[in-house]
Amino acid sequence: MIEAFYELFLSRYNYWMAIILMLIGLYALIAKQNLVKKLIGLNIFQTAIFLFYISFAEVQGGTAPIYLPEGVDALYVNPLPHVLILTAIVVGVSVTAVGLSLIVRIYEEYGVIDEDDLMQVVRGR
Amino acid sequence: MDAGLLPAVTIAIPLLAAVLIPIVGKHENIREGVTITAAVTMLGSVLAMLPPILSGSRITIPLLPMVPGGDLALRVDAFGMVFALTAAVLWLLNSFYAIGYMRSLQEHAQTRFFFCFAVAIAAAVGIAFSENLLTLFVFYEILTIITYPLVVHVETPAAMKAGRKYLAYLLIGGIFLLAAVILTYILTGTTVFVPGGFLAGSGSALILQVLFLLFMVGFVKAAWMPLHGWLPAAMVAPTPVSAFLHAVAVVTAGVFGIVRVAGWVYGMDLMASLGLGIFLAVIASFTIVTASLFALTEDNLKRRLAYSTVSQLSYILLGVSMLSIAGMTAAMAHIPIHAFLKITLFFVAGAVIVSAGKECISEMKGIGRKMPVTALMFSAAALGICGLPPLAGIISKIYLALGAVEGGMPVLLLVIIASTVLNAAYFLPIIHTMLLQRPDDERSLDSVTEPPLVMLIPIVLTVAVSVWIFFSPSMPFMDLIDIAIAEITGSVVP
Amino acid sequence: MIDHLPVLLIAVPILSALLILLAGWYDRRFCYPISLITILLQFGAAIAILLEVMREGTIRYHLGGWAPPLGIELVIDSFNGFILAVILFLSAATVVYARRSVEKEIDPEKRISFYVLFQLLVTGLVGMTITGDIFNLYVFLEISSIATYTLIASARRPRSYVASFNYLVLGSIAAGFILLGIGNLYVATGTLNMADLALLLPASYGLATVHTAFLFLLIGFSIKVAFFPLHLWLPDAYTEAPSAVTVLISTVMAKVSVYALFRIVFTVFTTAYVIDTFAVTGFILFIATVAIIAGAVLAIAQNDLKRMLAYSSISQIGYIMFALGVANQLALEGGLLHILGHAVMKGCLFMVAGLIIYRMGTSQLSDLKGVAKTMPISCAAFALAGASMIGIPPTIGFMSKYYLVLGAFEAGQWIYAAVLLVGSLLAAGYIWRFIEIAYFGDHHSEDRRPAPAREGPVSMLVPMVALALLCLFLGVFVEVVMEAVRPAAMLLLGGA
Repeated sequence: MIEAFYELFLSRYNYWMAIILMLIGLYALIAKQNLVKKLIGLNIFQTAIFLFYISFAEVQGGTAPIYLPEGVDALYVNPLPHVLILTAIVVGVSVTAVGLSLIVRIYEEYGVIDEDDLMQVVRGR
Repeated sequence: MDAGLLPAVTIAIPLLAAVLIPIVGKHENIREGVTITAAVTMLGSVLAMLPPILSGSRITIPLLPMVPGGDLALRVDAFGMVFALTAAVLWLLNSFYAIGYMRSLQEHAQTRFFFCFAVAIAAAVGIAFSENLLTLFVFYEILTIITYPLVVHVETPAAMKAGRKYLAYLLIGGIFLLAAVILTYILTGTTVFVPGGFLAGSGSALILQVLFLLFMVGFVKAAWMPLHGWLPAAMVAPTPVSAFLHAVAVVTAGVFGIVRVAGWVYGMDLMASLGLGIFLAVIASFTIVTASLFALTEDNLKRRLAYSTVSQLSYILLGVSMLSIAGMTAAMAHIPIHAFLKITLFFVAGAVIVSAGKECISEMKGIGRKMPVTALMFSAAALGICGLPPLAGIISKIYLALGAVEGGMPVLLLVIIASTVLNAAYFLPIIHTMLLQRPDDERSLDSVTEPPLVMLIPIVLTVAVSVWIFFSPSMPFMDLIDIAIAEITGSVVP
Repeated sequence: MIDHLPVLLIAVPILSALLILLAGWYDRRFCYPISLITILLQFGAAIAILLEVMREGTIRYHLGGWAPPLGIELVIDSFNGFILAVILFLSAATVVYARRSVEKEIDPEKRISFYVLFQLLVTGLVGMTITGDIFNLYVFLEISSIATYTLIASARRPRSYVASFNYLVLGSIAAGFILLGIGNLYVATGTLNMADLALLLPASYGLATVHTAFLFLLIGFSIKVAFFPLHLWLPDAYTEAPSAVTVLISTVMAKVSVYALFRIVFTVFTTAYVIDTFAVTGFILFIATVAIIAGAVLAIAQNDLKRMLAYSSISQIGYIMFALGVANQLALEGGLLHILGHAVMKGCLFMVAGLIIYRMGTSQLSDLKGVAKTMPISCAAFALAGASMIGIPPTIGFMSKYYLVLGAFEAGQWIYAAVLLVGSLLAAGYIWRFIEIAYFGDHHSEDRRPAPAREGPVSMLVPMVALALLCLFLGVFVEVVMEAVRPAAMLLLGGA
């Protein structure tokens, strides 16, 4: 029983954290009316995915993947996901930038950044 | 010119005209000149292919590889020539008539009109010369689309509504036809027409019967009841359109397709064993009688003629259903016979519209006094359809009667007799009204004269051809038909 | 030089985008010529590559000389060679078309950025098409997506901001899912190279990780492809974007997303997985059929021409997914043919819409009565492309539908084949609405609007007419096209 609990939850806690964060992010994305909050939700969602990647790069007892004086024989964590996530972070930042600038323009144009009000104003025009 | 290229040339000529017409559109006389030249050349091309076909050979041209199931290919055989020859001659006559009609009424959008006509005739000839079901389908759909602008030409709300109905019927029919073609390909691996049919043994009886039903619905252009609604609706079109397309090209394409399928896809033996003869006979008989009854109720001349067409087309289906040599002969013979006679009737209807502005029979009292030649031609053609010699209509009726007996379905004799009676019932009153009655107001006919010569001459010529067919039926139609029948029954060419 | 063509195909346009930026600061008028030349060069390169692939076989290019599976490789086989040629051809046509359209619809200050982003979008799409590394696919996907979000928002109407934002949100969710899927695949196999994945995955087919990866990738790409019911971003995005952008994204972007999905499903997870282990093709077939019908029905209900065409796109994407659902040789040939055919048809139709907006300032159907009189060439092009959409032979639209139906029949899916046939009739419903209004819309009516419209400028007419004529010619000469399509379909199913 304890083994099952350990098996399912504790040993895989990193995946559970990622999942919970993802769901929080998605919830914010879908349920929140304010556009900025939606964007924050998107960020949380993306960050959760990054954490997921990094977490499975972990090698027990490994160190950061930078060359040590011992050379290539030392135990490093898997560098590949780190590299991938660097790229993905850049992508995430760009998307956030575009999203925020869109929100600025929407606010300038319509005066609201709440989704329901926005729908009304857009339809009204 | 190598005879081998003539089928492609025959289709290319009207297509070339179609390309030229919008270019010279503004110069009306040049534009009409293009149409007439194309019509003459095309007729010449068709006639040039007549000798080899009459001697029993066939001309084949593969055009383009297309899809699995069939390449775009043309094959001219005797039966195809029957349709093509009819269409070519009538396009020429109809073009003259149309020029006269459109100019007299000063109709708008004439360039579009003649453009669509040219493409339509190319499609019709393409259907006649199709080597396989897929080629037939391609030209069939092109015909549907290109006749739409012609149907809605007058652009009134009523015309648009009729156009939608037309398109709905024909496009839905097209889908069924496609399904039938694909099913044929799946069952047999080919769609090439083979005299005597190639479907035998390729599937269970049920599948083959369903397939035939799919074909029937696909060929909705044959206007068999209850899928005939598009034809009376299409009468909103200008009369040259109704005359040529809906008395000759479009509807004939429909029945042509059914005869092709019966003789060259199924084969008469297979159809007999599947009970399809009886099935067709029931549909045809129902259509013949019911359409004639509807015709009796119509006061609008063109609509009455439309229902008459519906009825007459099912003569062809009736002939096929008899699954006998005489029956098939009747079916194939009625294609040109009905075409020439019916187009005369429509030509006259148009002449009355042009000269007197009248569309309803009740308003045409005594019009024969002012338009004697026209009314006389109408009477001749109408009586011809009823079966009076020396017009050719009696030929079909005799063969039908023979076929009924030969095919073992004497009950169909009753249908033929009933139909003849009904024909008289809806035609004779028109003749009576035109020729014998006095107009309600004498002066209302003052301005009425014969239609311009360019319209009148085609009317007389079509009647003349019908008479000529009666007196010398062998050349060329009956000879061609004999060859075609021999092909599909496997007997020696006489 | 020829050997390095694949990487040049990506490197040159990136440099060109930079060049447009710099040259544009100097003089705005340089933007367009640079853009045009770059895309034409790319198109030429794509043709060269396609011919080489058809002659020699798959081209593999190792980026920087690093060998896969660690290095990133660019792979061009008969499938994406075909797609590459299609998308660059459409891009070239769009660029020619775009000049006047952009002058009308984009503010002058924004024009430099517009062309830069345009170039980057094409770069991203080309990169997506020729990469052989699955994470690289994600990177290029995001490049093109971000460019798209911005391009859509650059129209004059403020509604485009909202449309772009909605697309951004949904597109980023999709990208997130795709990233998750890639991560799961990496966890299961340890490689990111597509060919390598195809080799290593079968050992793990039973793992939940692989199932999860597949689902994430499927859902993610389905959102990108706008596969019903994940299509909600598409109508607004297509309608509010500037005309040239709509042409580009409706033809090129949509097709590349479809390509990516097909790649993942057939090359990475082979048919062995999709049909035997995790039988999802039946479900996809069902949804595709619903998409075909729903898209068409919604299109008929629209009053705005662009919106109508957008819903039509949703319906047409259903056709391509239908091919995926049936997944046999004939159906895939039909699907690939439809990728080409729909790009050409829809490109032409959206170009007509753009021309109408250019001349008349509106795309509301009620304002377009009788427009065929003043813009005859445009409406004739619409009629021809529309006939192809309905499936009138001998256009390309008919050919692709024929193959699809044949494929469905052969797979025994009679009912689906029947629904497909019926669906093509629905296309007649919305195409004919425009034809009726344009050609026969009451010229008897009283309110004679002062007709300002003339036919469009030549630089917009030529690509439009060319695409319309191609609808016909590609159909008539379909056998020539099939020479490229047939090996591609065979490749997808695991053949040579």
